[in-house]
Amino acid sequence: MRVWLPATLLASLLLALSAGMPVLEPLFNWVQPGKQQVIYERESFLFLLQNHLMLVVVSAAVGTLVAVAGGIFVTRPFGRDFLPLVGQVASIGQTFPPVAVLALAVPVLGFGEAPILLALVLYGLLPILRNTLAGLEGIDPSVREAALGMGMSPVLVLVRVELPLAGRVILAGIRTSVTINIATAAIGSTIGARTLGDPVIAGLVNGNTAYVLQGAILIGLLALTTDSLFEALERSWDRRLQSVGV
Amino acid sequence: MIELKNVSRHFGNTIAVDGVNLTIETGEVCVLVGSSGCGKSTTLRMINRLLPYSAGEILVDGEDITTMNPEQLRLNMGYVIQGTGLFPHWTVARNIAMVPTLLNWPRERINARVDELMTLLDLDPSAHANKYPQQLSGGQAQRVGVARALAADPNILLMDEPFGALDAITRENLQLEMLRIQKQVRKTTVFVTHDIDEALKLATRIAVMDQGRIIQHDTPENILRHPASDFVENLIGKQDRGLKLMSLRPVRDLMANHTEPRQSEPGEHVLREEDSVRLALSVMLWQDLRQVAVFNAQEQETGVITRERIIQEGV
Repeated sequence: MRVWLPATLLASLLLALSAGMPVLEPLFNWVQPGKQQVIYERESFLFLLQNHLMLVVVSAAVGTLVAVAGGIFVTRPFGRDFLPLVGQVASIGQTFPPVAVLALAVPVLGFGEAPILLALVLYGLLPILRNTLAGLEGIDPSVREAALGMGMSPVLVLVRVELPLAGRVILAGIRTSVTINIATAAIGSTIGARTLGDPVIAGLVNGNTAYVLQGAILIGLLALTTDSLFEALERSWDRRLQSVGV
Repeated sequence: MIELKNVSRHFGNTIAVDGVNLTIETGEVCVLVGSSGCGKSTTLRMINRLLPYSAGEILVDGEDITTMNPEQLRLNMGYVIQGTGLFPHWTVARNIAMVPTLLNWPRERINARVDELMTLLDLDPSAHANKYPQQLSGGQAQRVGVARALAADPNILLMDEPFGALDAITRENLQLEMLRIQKQVRKTTVFVTHDIDEALKLATRIAVMDQGRIIQHDTPENILRHPASDFVENLIGKQDRGLKLMSLRPVRDLMANHTEPRQSEPGEHVLREEDSVRLALSVMLWQDLRQVAVFNAQEQETGVITRERIIQEGV
């Protein structure tokens, strides 16, 4: 149970701050003297947090589905021809800055939630795809050979042998993807999506450091919470194998 | 019974297997031997349809394997490979239970079978059943591999250089183990190796392969006595033939039996009826003896074997 403790603590801190930011008004008055308003109030932080999370969760879910399915497809006998192409795209895509994806998506999809979702899905897909490929390709070929040779159907080999063995690596890919996307989603505020980036943008426009800080703290906390959540997930995954000392 | 009729496999312009005809009788251990790239593994993997063949036909118990569902076919063929191919995320017991689980055996029957097999392969179930493959030594892992192949009591056993990656002592132990198990279970076995000594030791018949063809298919003794070509002669080691023939022959054949077994004190290293004549000679040379007493499994002295007899008739 102890592995879940940091994640729980960070999550409670995140929720407490989102709900009770006005409590810290004196602190922000000190940071940003001479402003009438130091607590961002155009939208509740809880709503922004919820919307931000929604964007990340939806894009991560879609990205994971597409990337894992794609990774499986190109490692099957009938999809092998696409493996080099997909592998390259996954690597090259990583060098593409997220802001650029956003800039390219807006002309096509207009302002609002849609373009940021597209950008998040596309950008988040790549680390998962790359790790799915690494995980599946990293399996000892003799294991697959034995599984097939002993009479498992290809689908069973995938479900009972390949995915469990590649799962840890795929999970690491999802972790990278989600962490990056939490930061990237904030940029969505520049194109009209409601995210925790809103106070940051508003603060920058109005020269209000307190707003910027509030947004940044919450985004940072969200990223930390999610990351420690994945950390705990990976630990408990390892522990399942390690309880016997792999 | 497995029959290969004119089986070929082309690979673009290269020919991996070229018109192979081979009949493996029920209960026989057929060893395919040859240098790497000669097509022996390819031949083996065509029998369980891991590889397709371009021409010819393969029959298992008279039935063309292309008409069978490949999974059904493989469930009835144990398969052991060099790298063991054990599932690293499953315990030893679960690895062995793989095929029975696929066949939906009831839980108790599977557990009983796993225990039985681990005991058969000299693995203590209480010590090893819940270990993971990474925690086993190479020899133990390969024992598990063999147990897994035997789990659902298949009619046929396919073994692709199963002992190739093991050290000499472990390999020899497992070879002996295999001979012992084969005596009990009598599986139709196709065994691939590049080691001619392993072939001579395990085979009832050997098929020597070179460049995709079968050069000679015969009993170990006939291969040694009448090699079909220079290639086979080189493979078995021309000069070494005498000793190799001796190692095929049990002491029982050449010993002078006592009229009735005598009780006596067998030492720690005694010669047994089923040991090879080669071993008997070696013992005599080392201990500088003219003759050695031979014991049966009940620790009774049943006869003696003499140096003269071995020199005269050993080969």
